[in-house]
Amino acid sequence: MNITVCVKQVPDTGLDRELRAGDSTVDREAVEAVINELDEFAIEEGLQLAQKHGGEVTILSMGPDQAAESIRKALAMGGDKGVHVSDPALHGSDALVTSAVLAAALARTGFDLVILGSESTDARTGILAAMLAERLGVPQLTFADGVEIDGQSVRVRRLADYGYDMVEADLPAVVSVVEKTNEPRYPSFKGIMAAKKKPIEVLTLADLELTADQAGLGASATEVTEFRKRPPRQVGTIVEDEGKGGIEAAGFLTTQKFI
Amino acid sequence: MAEILILAEHDGGAVKKVTTELLTVARELGEPSVVWAGPGGEEAAGRLGEFGAAKVYIADSPDFADYVVAPKAELLAALAREKAPGAVLVAASQEGREVAGRLAVKTGWGVLTDVTGLSADLIAEQPIFGGAITVSSRACSGVPIIAIRPNAIAAEPAPGPAVLEKVEFAVPDAAKGARVTERVRKERGSRPELTEAAIVVSGGRGVGSGENFNLIEGLADALHAAVGASRAAVDAGWYPHQFQVGQTGKTVSPQLYIAVGISGAIQHRAGMQTSKAIMVINNDPEAPIFELADYGVVGDLFNVVPQLTTEINKRAQEG
Ligand SMILES: Cc1cc2nc3c(=O)[nH]c(=O)nc-3n(C[C@H](O)[C@H](O)[C@H](O)COP(=O)(O)OP(=O)(O)OC[C@H]3O[C@@H](n4cnc5c(N)ncnc54)[C@H](O)[C@@H]3O)c2cc1C
Ligand SMILES: Cc1cc2nc3c(=O)[nH]c(=O)nc-3n(C[C@H](O)[C@H](O)[C@H](O)COP(=O)(O)OP(=O)(O)OC[C@H]3O[C@@H](n4cnc5c(N)ncnc54)[C@H](O)[C@@H]3O)c2cc1C
Repeated sequence: MNITVCVKQVPDTGLDRELRAGDSTVDREAVEAVINELDEFAIEEGLQLAQKHGGEVTILSMGPDQAAESIRKALAMGGDKGVHVSDPALHGSDALVTSAVLAAALARTGFDLVILGSESTDARTGILAAMLAERLGVPQLTFADGVEIDGQSVRVRRLADYGYDMVEADLPAVVSVVEKTNEPRYPSFKGIMAAKKKPIEVLTLADLELTADQAGLGASATEVTEFRKRPPRQVGTIVEDEGKGGIEAAGFLTTQKFI
Repeated sequence: MAEILILAEHDGGAVKKVTTELLTVARELGEPSVVWAGPGGEEAAGRLGEFGAAKVYIADSPDFADYVVAPKAELLAALAREKAPGAVLVAASQEGREVAGRLAVKTGWGVLTDVTGLSADLIAEQPIFGGAITVSSRACSGVPIIAIRPNAIAAEPAPGPAVLEKVEFAVPDAAKGARVTERVRKERGSRPELTEAAIVVSGGRGVGSGENFNLIEGLADALHAAVGASRAAVDAGWYPHQFQVGQTGKTVSPQLYIAVGISGAIQHRAGMQTSKAIMVINNDPEAPIFELADYGVVGDLFNVVPQLTTEINKRAQEG
């Protein structure tokens, strides 16, 4: 089975993230870049499925040069090979453009199953898996907590606000997985050494038969017109509980008309 | 006036609150038409009319519930092509966003997610990086597809005719790839949904055990609030994942957020710092969550929470 896991490199969520003043895109120098944490669950799911059913796991990422580090980490976890779509013209691509580029890369490499994280921690649109399914004309099994393959069909537990749905489809298909669906492994020393020798194919827009005017900020169907920092919250009232803390808090709720 | 298409969110026929919020926004942009996929549209028309719906397009087929997302996107795309609306509004829920994404691919129109405000000239406000930055943005190609965050805009009633129009629509086979074989509903009791609730009470590692979450639930019920949890509490198995608030959980912006035994890590703040008022109960005065507090109690939650709950119930009874 041919499994491709989509991985996005994002700024670390533990630090204050910024936009660049010039073009309002993510400042990727300000904060250390890491693998989108939710994609670690996607990688783990891919590795487990490949282990169980046989096949290869390809790591696909679109991003600047340094995104290669994230691909390398995914390979250290156990992925077999990488595909890195990298082209200066991609800078500032919105979801519509990103999905077109990833779909072109997937069509080129071929796949039985595509696995994504349920969302990225930077943009958090949570729509890429649905967009890829639409573009590739294959079923979408998104927000999965648990993925099972049985011959030519795939079955997931799709989480929803009301509980969950069991969803079934034929392969090929696009899946996205939620946090905690598994325990992502840490790369072992052996894994890290092995990853250094694993192939990463670098693709440009031209390799995907796309042109620069089909990508990046210019081609995007959305634009940021301005941005501003949220003003800090006003300092509130902090009281020490000396036995009546709960009653005093109820007083606050009453004056604020919550009771 | 331009027609504005709204995809109704409903739960087996009951209009969800966010749908009334979408109507409130749409009225400022043009003439709101609701697109209703599935059963219950006729019964819902009254409610939709209270919030200014001019039309209600009803397409009733079991396919909308039996197949994941794609059938609704097909319906919305068909109507959007036919009506040439000024904008398409959906809820920024899991499903709403996914429908929006597929619609964007079908049409080539721009999609904006997690919008918390929209001006008459369709400039959207999006809080990003957990609300640390607010951007103004617009969809600059085709008809803007806007996914609006639940609870961000207050629904206000205004009468509309809500004229029913049945839509003949057969879901194409291509949209029937992902089949729902079973639907499991978890009882939420009378508690409101986390992202729609006016008040949210969340517990963290300080709560100490799953059993102790009774305290959090008790306080929540006294306030008719939803219950949330920090990732530490979810990771410990004390509360289910769908209640996690934060960077990799739900984003909430209720009128009041009460954080109990939560330290206020940047990833937790990312899911709650746009709340209107914030109350904190924590025994460590140095906990960063106090920086966000409108009202904070430095104390042991096992003393403060039961006392607060009892006092609220008492006041509510007297009130
Ligand atoms: C703060 C912010 C807000 C934004 N808002 C919008 C918006 O409203 N509309 C819009 O069209 N664009 C928006 N963008 C642009 C958006 O970041 C990009 O289009 C992005 O490439 C895809 O969106 P996402 O990260 O939200 O994907 P999501 O759908 O959240 O990501 C889901 C999964 O897709 C995969 N994935 C995502 N990106 C890549 C990649 N580059 N390479 C490989 N796999 C990937 C990963 O598996 C990921 O877990 C926004 C960007 C930022 C920084
Ligand atoms: C990529 C990424 C994504 C993440 N996403 C999320 C997310 O979505 N949501 C989230 O919440 N976290 C998230 N985290 C985790 C986050 O960094 C914190 O680890 C987490 O929020 C801590 O939870 P906590 O505040 O409950 O626990 P702690 O930080 O351990 O805080 C417990 C608090 O309880 C107080 N306390 C203890 N006992 C009592 C008592 N008896 N009475 C009163 N107070 C008491 C303590 O003083 C302390 O302040 C994420 C982390 C990463 C790296």
